[in-house]
Amino acid sequence: MRVTVDVDRCCASGQCVEAAPDVFDQDDDTGLVVLRAERPTAAQLPGVRRAVAVCPTGCLGLADR
Amino acid sequence: MTAVDAMPQHRPDPFDPPADLTDPERDPVRRMRYADGHLGWLVTGYEQARAVLADPRMSVRPELAHQPDSQPTNLTVPAGFFLRMDPPQHERYRRLLTGRFTVRRIRALEPGITAIVDEALDSLAAAGSPADLVSTYALPIPSLVICELLGVPYADRGGFQRDSARMLNLQAPAADRNAAVGSLLAYLSELVADKRRTKPDDLLGDLAASGAVTDEELAGIALLLLLAGHETTANMIAHATFALLQRPEQLALLRDDPDRAAGAADELLRHLSVLYLVLRTATADLELDGHAIRAGETVTVSLAAANRDAGRFPGPDALRLDRDATGHLAFGHGIHQCLGQQLARTELRIALPALLRRFPGLRLAVPAEDVPMRTEMAVYGVHRLPVAW
Repeated sequence: MRVTVDVDRCCASGQCVEAAPDVFDQDDDTGLVVLRAERPTAAQLPGVRRAVAVCPTGCLGLADR
Repeated sequence: MTAVDAMPQHRPDPFDPPADLTDPERDPVRRMRYADGHLGWLVTGYEQARAVLADPRMSVRPELAHQPDSQPTNLTVPAGFFLRMDPPQHERYRRLLTGRFTVRRIRALEPGITAIVDEALDSLAAAGSPADLVSTYALPIPSLVICELLGVPYADRGGFQRDSARMLNLQAPAADRNAAVGSLLAYLSELVADKRRTKPDDLLGDLAASGAVTDEELAGIALLLLLAGHETTANMIAHATFALLQRPEQLALLRDDPDRAAGAADELLRHLSVLYLVLRTATADLELDGHAIRAGETVTVSLAAANRDAGRFPGPDALRLDRDATGHLAFGHGIHQCLGQQLARTELRIALPALLRRFPGLRLAVPAEDVPMRTEMAVYGVHRLPVAW
């Protein structure tokens, strides 16, 4: 699985960082999402799914490949 | 489909939204008659609320909105007050600030917040039992935190706390509420002029030095951050304490297990939803859950009811600190979702367990039905919470 990010739509809520801190980070200057791991491990996937579900702007996604 | 006559407001239980809004048989999207006669909409379902708040065709501009309750407000929107602006103006302002409210930045504030909480606990102990938790604990903590972050002198709190309360009183005449906005802006304009001269190392000082906004815009930004930074969190701290005192088994969970604080804060936010409704107005004809919404129609989104949607949160009316409440809508949803949510979470995660541990015998000093509720305010909660220990 591959994580997709549309950074232009990010509103910097930080909820993805709380849900999956190994996968998502925030830029120190803009607060916008920074992807730390494009291909999450099986152990990281539940957190990534939570992050995708709660993202307020729908800027995160999970693609099959 | 019959229209709801008027926005349901009566809360028989101080912790629950009005029963009409959470009836399990309700239609999650209903027509509703607004105070000025407008036939608009009322949304109480979780998925439907998210759909409205994520829809770029739904505007937050107050001049487009009809008011669901009895008071037409016509509140003036100050320059820079981006909560009431649509894209692209909204992004211009919000993006100046998002870097200041990241998870990492807020984490770095934790020692400072803990020190503020410890001091508030000391003053509560010094005030002696019984005391009003709102004025001695719930209000000082977020006021001090936001003052330090923005660079607003805490000594000036009397004025801005009073004006904020006037501004958020839905039953006050519009002229009074606008006067409160004017008074706050006059105070903050002076402060901003001072920041321009002295360029101190605080959020408003940095923005003043950046040259990215005019003084007028900076005063409006300051107003939004000051208001949002102290009113909402103060009401959450006090109302959450009230709720926990009524549910000793939940209180014990939070008091006895420090690891519980993070999840507990979100569950309390979900359960209490002190910012209980938001408005949007359609700028185009659109479909919502099978309903045709026309351009110009206002939609009232009950965040409180959406957070009690059994389809999303099983057994929604129970306060269960061990549930996963993430995804709740207490901070809203979409591009306007609360900028300061990580700060609010952090304050709640520190302030609530610290209070329960310092005062293990904390209890209400009056019968629960005598606690005055903020039913007339835009932010719900308690006016006062007399506690003893």
